[in-house]
Amino acid sequence: MKFGVVRFPGSCDEVDALLACEQQGEAEILWHGDRDLKGVDAVVIPGGFSYGDYLRVGAIARFSPVMEAVAEFARDGGPVLGICNGFQVLCEAGLLPGALLPNTELRFLCRQVDVRVVNPDTPFTRACDVDQTLSIPVKHTTGRYYAPDATIAEMEDVGQVVFRYAESWNPNGSVRDIAGVCNRERNVVGLMPHPEHAVDPLTGSADGACLFASAAQMVAA
Amino acid sequence: MSTEASAPDLRAEARALGLTDSEYDLIGAKLGRPPNGLELAVFSLMWSEHCAYKHSKKLLGRLPVEGPHLLMGPGENAGAVDVGDGLAIAFKVESHNHPSAVEPFQGAATGVGGIMRDIFAVGARPIAVLDSLRFGELDSPRSRYLLDGAVSGIGHYGNSIGVATVGGEVYFEGPYEQNCLVNAMCLGIAPQERLTRSAAAGVGNHLVLMGARTGRDGIGGASVLASAELDSEDADKRPTVQIGDPFEEKKVMEACLELLDRELLASLQDLGAAGLSSSSSEMASKGEVGLDIDVSRVPLREADMEPFEIMVSESQERMLAVVEPEQLAAVEAVCERWEVRCTVIGSVTDSRHLRVFDGDELVGDMPVDALVDDCPLYDLAPEQPVEQIYPAPRRTLAPSDDLAENLLALLGSSNVASRRPLFEQYDSLVQSRTVRRPEAADAAVLQLKHDTGGGSSAIAVSIDGNGRRVACDPYWGTVEAVLECASNLACVGAEPLGLTNCLNFGNPEKPHIAWQLSRSVDGMADALHQLGVPVVGGNVSLYNQSGDGPIYPTPVVGMVGLVPDAARAAAVGLGFREEGHTIAMVGTPQPSLAGSELAKLRGEPLPTSLPEIDLAAAKRAQEAVRDAVRAGGLASVHDIAEGGFLVAIAECCLAGDIGARLDFGSADVDWAALEPYLFGEGVGGFVVSGEREAIDRLAERVPTDVFGKVGGDALWVGLGGSAPRVPLARLHAAHGALAAAFP
Repeated sequence: MKFGVVRFPGSCDEVDALLACEQQGEAEILWHGDRDLKGVDAVVIPGGFSYGDYLRVGAIARFSPVMEAVAEFARDGGPVLGICNGFQVLCEAGLLPGALLPNTELRFLCRQVDVRVVNPDTPFTRACDVDQTLSIPVKHTTGRYYAPDATIAEMEDVGQVVFRYAESWNPNGSVRDIAGVCNRERNVVGLMPHPEHAVDPLTGSADGACLFASAAQMVAA
Repeated sequence: MSTEASAPDLRAEARALGLTDSEYDLIGAKLGRPPNGLELAVFSLMWSEHCAYKHSKKLLGRLPVEGPHLLMGPGENAGAVDVGDGLAIAFKVESHNHPSAVEPFQGAATGVGGIMRDIFAVGARPIAVLDSLRFGELDSPRSRYLLDGAVSGIGHYGNSIGVATVGGEVYFEGPYEQNCLVNAMCLGIAPQERLTRSAAAGVGNHLVLMGARTGRDGIGGASVLASAELDSEDADKRPTVQIGDPFEEKKVMEACLELLDRELLASLQDLGAAGLSSSSSEMASKGEVGLDIDVSRVPLREADMEPFEIMVSESQERMLAVVEPEQLAAVEAVCERWEVRCTVIGSVTDSRHLRVFDGDELVGDMPVDALVDDCPLYDLAPEQPVEQIYPAPRRTLAPSDDLAENLLALLGSSNVASRRPLFEQYDSLVQSRTVRRPEAADAAVLQLKHDTGGGSSAIAVSIDGNGRRVACDPYWGTVEAVLECASNLACVGAEPLGLTNCLNFGNPEKPHIAWQLSRSVDGMADALHQLGVPVVGGNVSLYNQSGDGPIYPTPVVGMVGLVPDAARAAAVGLGFREEGHTIAMVGTPQPSLAGSELAKLRGEPLPTSLPEIDLAAAKRAQEAVRDAVRAGGLASVHDIAEGGFLVAIAECCLAGDIGARLDFGSADVDWAALEPYLFGEGVGGFVVSGEREAIDRLAERVPTDVFGKVGGDALWVGLGGSAPRVPLARLHAAHGALAAAFP
């Protein structure tokens, strides 16, 4: 199992993601300027402020050469996980539905929250149980998930809502407590909470490790 | 060489730039002729208090600067200590007070950016930031504006660059109303062999400027802003505040660390106060060489900048490196990959002069020694004031013997209430080192290696400095600040390795301020000698006063300590953990109400002295607590600080979300005697909890009083005849008061 972790200029959590992946298999950094995905089995787009995010978050990163390769990899069914800024980039790239808006409080928020696994049938939740609650931190200014009501209804029907904030834990005003979603084919998953910051009890929690373990299981299977 | 103005004009110009007439004459003597405009601009900055420490250098010689763990001491961009396994931790604290008072968001943001550059300039990757903030009382609109701006600015820069903000402190006191304080501390990690010095070397080597273009921002920041008192025209000084770009800094940081990793740089220095002028002359001074700079090669944001503007601009996110000619192509390739601008702007010479060219024209020629070493140093004229120079704080709480009322007022007061609304705006997790997050323990704990098998060592870090206590007694107040910082480290089992300081004071040319400064440095020196901890570097910020008077004297100290086993530190928290655990107080503090938070709320005048402290006893208590945490067995440890003993107990209840029953005996208790004990302040005490055996082991080494048990959903205080009971929910409600400051 080999993970690839994308590094844009301005990525912040790429080393954290690399460490989380290395618990489950091999992992290496994919440079934003390269189109070569180096034969990885799964791609992680990490958190941070790609290209400074001075424009709309994720709006520039989607045009980078590596994202062309990631889009193609995703179209071919390859598993792709976007975390925080990575989720924003995937939405901007049209690989995931919806958009991330500024938090209702309009401030950066760093907080450990409870997240519920709604759909355990994706490459990144296969090792989780349905309704399993994970303690994972969020840290973002622009994390309020939004999509039109009709889109949300359709997404819920076909299992595209993958994570919800547990009751009373919604930190940013996301519609219907949505913390993470997938595409219709379920191979592309994005979430605002940071599972890579929950892979070691010493630093707070190991609940996030199951996302990376899921991907490793799928490839092994 | 051209001189744009005649000598009398320049003398007036020199005064406007903050130089005295005798300093101006001395510059002429050093040059052997009157300076031209550019040279005067450069000298005025290099000879400012901010760059030359001309009122503080003699005092700083009293501080210890050697220790067994020291790798790099004062004089470099940052100091560094040995943390074992071939690793070094570099750290430093710096002020950005006046820029933040003028424009809080950018002032605080660029304060963080500046201190990070100091850290990666020595080859260390920044891993953590802490901040130390002071504002006027929270009910003032100006204070709320400054607080909101500074916190957003710190978060904006630190969060965007991927460095965790893991701790800090904030106080709200009237004397900071006009002149807020924003001190930022950064820590970085490096293999010891990668530690880099800034001395320029190798005649013929290139001088390379990396990073952002140079603009007109921050011109004169070191002299106009940082070395003068604030006044009512400060809004006009906004253009002297620099603008931060964390994305640029992130790229510059990654490029510099890669360049150092690949050993492509001969030396490296950040551009901070006084921009190119100070960075180049300091590199030349340390390397005992000269430098030629061609300002026409400096990439500009505005095309029509004068040579002197280019030399003194404080545009952010720039670094200066010395590169051997044969490495230049490799350096340029690394910079190109990181999309970082990189330009040869000059070369190293053997002239011992800083020569500035505009193309072929020589526009400035200054001996490096004159710039860096020959600024006159001034003796202070300290004079102890006959009475307290600060007015009594405004009364917000009527004196009362109602225990619950006093406790809740303290917990909800701006200096004691939970800092959660601030620290939740900071990423405290990035880089996966944070073992102890803000308010989980008295010090932040960061693992040194990402070792998921456990057993990794860690560092602990804390930053402290209660200005009001120093205003009461500059000597003992500063001793308290140092001990408080070391106590916070002891709470997580850390042994202090080194200290960085930022001395924030008023105008040192005024005798009472000089006295505060001198006594404070003496107190710091004595406390550090006792603890065996050296100063690795720091910063002095003077002239912190406005028309309303001076700030409280505020020496801020940041200490880094070593924790051999991160897992042990993680096993002990601030909060009570388990029903039935024994609660005890450890140590022999001598609490008194004078100068305490409670006295402040009651509007009592500040005293003019604080009780003496038995330094040796305080050190013994710290060592005993540290060893107990390292041995395991204690469930919680918390140092007693602002608000005193009962506030510390309440904080343990709040952090653990569990109550406690205290019992002060069955006899009728005399409130007048008990009040100082419950709410008085005085450094050196800890609240601990755990199994009785663990407490008893601690009692063998240090005075330990057992007086209660953990449990229930209230704090119950048995006082003989009466037993006030304060429900946890009320403690929580009071402690959450700061949320109102961030609507």
